This record gives sequence, C-alpha cells and structure tokens, in this order.
Amino acid sequence: MQKFLNVSLWLLSGGLLFAQVPDISFDSVVPFLRLLPANIHLGEAAGVATNSKGDIFVYTRTGEEATMGGSRFFTHGGSRLLEFDPTGKYMQEMGAGIYGFMFAQTVRIDSEDNIWTVDRGADVVIKFNPTGRFLMTLGRKPEAVNPAGSGGGRGGRGVPGQGVAGDNFNRPTDVAWDAAGNIFVSDAYTNARIVKLDKLGKFIKTWGSKGSGQGQFDMPNSIAVDAQGNVYVADLGNKRIEVFDNDGNFKTQFGDVGSPWAICISPGAHQYLYSSNSNPPDSMDNGEIYRMELDGKILGKFGTAGKLAKEFGTVNEIDCRTPNVLYAGELTNWRVQKLTLHP
Amino acid sequence: MQRHREINLSVAVLLAIPMFGQDLTPAALAARAKAQNVPDIAYESVPNLLKLPTNVYLGEGIGVATNSKGHVFVYTRSQRTRLFEFDQRGTYIREIGEGLYGFVFAHAVRVDPQDNIWAVDEGANMVIEFNSEGRVVMTLGRRPEPSDAVAAPPPAGPAANPGKYTFDRPTDVGWDAAGNIFVSDGYGNSRVVKYDKNGRFLTSVGSKGSAPGQFNLPHTMAVDAKGNVYVGDRSNRRIQVFDDDLTSKAIYDTVGAPWAVCVSSGPHQYLFSSNSYPDGNDSTMSTVTGEIYKMELDGTILGRFGKAGKQLGEFSGVHEIDCRNPDEIYVSEIQLWRVQKIMLHPKGK
Repeated sequence: MQKFLNVSLWLLSGGLLFAQVPDISFDSVVPFLRLLPANIHLGEAAGVATNSKGDIFVYTRTGEEATMGGSRFFTHGGSRLLEFDPTGKYMQEMGAGIYGFMFAQTVRIDSEDNIWTVDRGADVVIKFNPTGRFLMTLGRKPEAVNPAGSGGGRGGRGVPGQGVAGDNFNRPTDVAWDAAGNIFVSDAYTNARIVKLDKLGKFIKTWGSKGSGQGQFDMPNSIAVDAQGNVYVADLGNKRIEVFDNDGNFKTQFGDVGSPWAICISPGAHQYLYSSNSNPPDSMDNGEIYRMELDGKILGKFGTAGKLAKEFGTVNEIDCRTPNVLYAGELTNWRVQKLTLHP
Repeated sequence: MQRHREINLSVAVLLAIPMFGQDLTPAALAARAKAQNVPDIAYESVPNLLKLPTNVYLGEGIGVATNSKGHVFVYTRSQRTRLFEFDQRGTYIREIGEGLYGFVFAHAVRVDPQDNIWAVDEGANMVIEFNSEGRVVMTLGRRPEPSDAVAAPPPAGPAANPGKYTFDRPTDVGWDAAGNIFVSDGYGNSRVVKYDKNGRFLTSVGSKGSAPGQFNLPHTMAVDAKGNVYVGDRSNRRIQVFDDDLTSKAIYDTVGAPWAVCVSSGPHQYLFSSNSYPDGNDSTMSTVTGEIYKMELDGTILGRFGKAGKQLGEFSGVHEIDCRNPDEIYVSEIQLWRVQKIMLHPKGK
C-alpha cells in the first residue's frame, strides 16, 4: 500500500513538475559527422563519447553475419567503432573485425582516455587504450546463439534476473567508473543488476534483481557515477533514476523525468545530471532531455522526438564532458547530433 | 461506364473462344489477365545494357530506378544486399551503402524528384533515403534487433496492431507533389502508410482481405501528379487506386497480378503494370503471364508488350519498372538476374 501511495505521489508531482519545467534553448548542426569513406556508414548510432582532446567516438550497429556450424548457429561482426576529430571530421576506425563487436550498445571514455565499448550482442565490455589497442575484456562472448529459455548468465548460467557472482553478462548496457577506478556495469535485459569490479577487472559484488521495488530494476539501460562515487541507474522500465552509494546501498530515486534511456553526469566542480526520455523506436512520443542537479532537481528540458535537426530518434547515449555541449547518439535516426545548450 | 462495358466485352470474348484455355491448368487459367485482344506495342530490348566490373554480380534484380540525369540504380540480392549506380550508358559508377545496417533483403528502389535514392528493404523492415551523394539522410521503420534464441522465432503473420513507425516486410515507396511519403507495408501488415515529408505519421489504410481498401499483398505502388496512389494488390490480382488521403477511389482488375506498377512523369501520365511470370517457376504459367500493360491513369488499357522467357526482350519475373520516360522503360527481373532497357514504339509516334 505504501508503495502504491509513493507511486501515486510521483505521478502527481511529475505531472505538476512537468508543466513547470523551463525549456532550454539549444542549437544543433546536422549532419555533424562528415567525410566518412564511401564504404563506411553509420547505422543505429547506439554509442557516442568524447575523450579529453574532444575527439568523438561513435559505436554503431552495422549488421551481423551468421554461419551454421554443425547444429550451432554462430554470428560475427555487426558493429564498428569510429573516431572523429572535434570538428566532426572522420579520423579512423578502431577494433575492425574484433571478436567482441556484435551489437553496439554504448561507448564510454574513462579519465585516462581509455575507450570502453559495451556490446549487447557479444555480452562483452572491451577496454581499449587511447590509440585503440586492446587492453581487457569483461564478460565473454557466447560461443553460439543461446537456446531459448536460458538462465541468467551467458550460456544460461546463473539465476535469471540476477546472474552469477562474476563478470558473466547477459545483454549488458553500460559501464562507468568511480574516482578510484572501480568499474560498474549495468547488466540489463535478461539480468537486471549492477556489477561492481575493481580497476583490474576483479569481481567485487553485484546488486539488483528484476522488479519494481527499491534496488530492483526493469531494464537498467544506462548508468553514471558522480565524483563522490554515487551510482545513478536509469531504470528504464520503471520510469525512474535510482541512486546508490558506492557499495550499492539504495539512497534515493527520481521519478518525474519519463523513461530514462540515457543518462550522463558532467565533470567539474558543479556536476549536472542529464537524462533522456527517449521515444521508443516505434513512436514519436516524448524525446526530451532533462538537465538536473544531482539531487534530482530539474533545471530544464530541451528537444522532442522527430527526424529533423534538434529532434531526436531514440537517444541511446549522451556525452556531457562539457555540460553545455552535449553529443547525442540516436538509434532510429542513424546519426549523432552535437547540441549546444544556452541555459 | 465505358470501361465497364469493355470489361464485359472481354469476358464475352474469353467465353467465345474456349480453345484458348484448353491446355491450361486451373492455376494458369487464374493467372491469365481478364483483358484480351489487347493491342501489342512494338518494342526492343537494348543489348549489353549494364557493364559490371570484374567480380561484381547482380543477383535477383529486385529493384531498378533512374534519376533525372538518366543514371540507373539497381537494388539487388547478393551475398549481401547491394545498391549499384550506373550512368545513362550503363557504365558502372559506384556502390552505394556498402555494408549498410539496413541492407538485408532488397525489395525496391525509387528515386524522388530531388534525385534522392530510396531503398525499400523487406528484410530490415526499413525504407532508407540516400541523398544523391549516396549518404543516408532519413530512415523509416526499424531493423529488428537480433534474437538471442534461434529456437524461439517471432510469431508469424501480421502484428495485431501494426505500429505507426514499424513495418513488416515493406515493399515500395512513393511521394506526392508535396513530398508526403507513402509506404506499401507489405507482406505482413497489408496496408499503405502515409507520412509527411519529415517522416511523421499521417494516416494509413488497409488490412488483409479482398474487400475494397483491403489488400492481399500490396507489392508495388506509384503516385500520380495529383497525389492519387496506385497500389498493386498482387494476390487479389487488382490495382487499387486511392486519393491523397488514402480514400478508396477505383479498382482495375483486368491486367492480371500487378507485380510492378509505375506512373510515368510529364504532362500526360501513363500507368504501367506487369502481370509477371510468377517466381515459383511453374512452366504452365509461362504462356499466360509475363506481359506488361500500358494504361491511362483511369485504367483504360492502351496496349501490352512482352512475354515470359529468358531471351533478350522476354521477361523472367519483372519485379520493378522504371518509367520516368514512358517510351524507355527499365525492368528488373527475379529469375534471370538482370535489368533490361525496353524501347517502346507505340503507334502514332
């Protein structure tokens, strides 16, 4: 009963707040990314991130190939990682043909400019050094396509919804780090949990399970960690952002920003939290991005769903290294927009 | 009214000459167009049309379209689905969209008045607009995400409530003068969807069936200068005409199964429709299918040309027609992996 009351209060307050949220004016240049070679095209631009030099990394879906091996069905390829200079000019491809690029989900850059890809098809998180050389994997690519009804981890291992106590992912979505370099992975679609590992990739703990209670998740689609080490989880299906301390203890939740597909916390002395209420791919509803204080206070919003410049087609990742210059990777519009905010 | 009398007349002719259908199987009898004694239009096929580089092959010639410069675009099924551009002399220029996420199983290619190139992919469930430089500028629909489990395929058949922005094996695309976009959708959803020029849903028509306004495989589509939409309702063996708001206007059902329709440009527009030799390669069909009809927009049949076969000038499952110039037709074929350019010589020219 208490839970229902809380939900009603969120809805009520959300409805009231929605009407009061100021619009933030902004600009966008489309197309921003340019001079791609004739044989390289963006597909669904699932991931976008910048490094400290302002270079832009795009992790995009390009289409997998399948082969039959005896009674098993193997898939290969399907994603590309591309680097652009700060003006949007194509520089190079990284990781071409690598074993773990199957179905791009996100790309993030850590404080040392290492590049991390999260692949929802290969169930692997890959760490590259700043020049694109391979450093480390988390998780393992399934040897072949899983049979139906498998359990929580890769190849059906573990408890459905909770997985195993280790880096054995089933459709992970995002990666983030605290100041000490500890790694957090949202393991989202089949499991519904957050996995914490140390900076060398050694398993520390896991929390969460599928559900709508505090500390539970229904598609944790995006995560971010603030300077204090608090972990913000975009709990997409439950239409809320849950906040945990560095050990995974529930702290609070924000429930009035729609369905958070992509969240980002800007660096610097005053950190902001961005969250995209992305339109589902089969609709043009919603689409606005919220700018918030870390305590959940909404400062403003901008954008709407659509296919033109300054409109969004299912934003799947936001980069906010510079808080008033965002990059948004879109699934259905196959592009990245550079957004300059004028708050 | 005039047209109805003609239809009755052709039925009478059919009954009066029973010899004509004597050796035909029931399937072949059904495949034959009702319209009979249609005048033949003289034509020839241009030999050695497309010049391909070594190790580039056409597969099933699923789509063909020309732009305002006469360049020829061919959308073909190969190891991967591929889109090629040739100049007006058939010289190979380039491949467009190599390795594209939305190229899975080709169905149609069309070029709009601004020379943007639109590919309709029935495997990716997408319609993809390229600018004339060959870069993607807009997409409609969405490629399904890969399944985790081969043992659990998605349920067959149409979705109970097809989404505004998702397709199920779409087949064709067209535009009215205002730039509104029409998509025939298709094998799964049996409907036509209208979007504004920016891809925002406006309206749709159709469900599976044989009543007016229903479809049994809307396989091909063309839009005239007034915004009327001609839908090749293939398995119902009729062309359905709708106004720009997708209200049903007329039905033309005497030209066989419309595998491919095209409306030519210019002040006097013509409607072409191919009663194609079916892709089942049933030889009994070959004597009663394969011809292409030339019509006025009101459905009056002006003539026909072609027959099923593999020789130059014969047609092996025409899948798309380009008729930018109504006397220079391009056709792409399924069974024989090629594109032909057909020079028509209608009487009085």
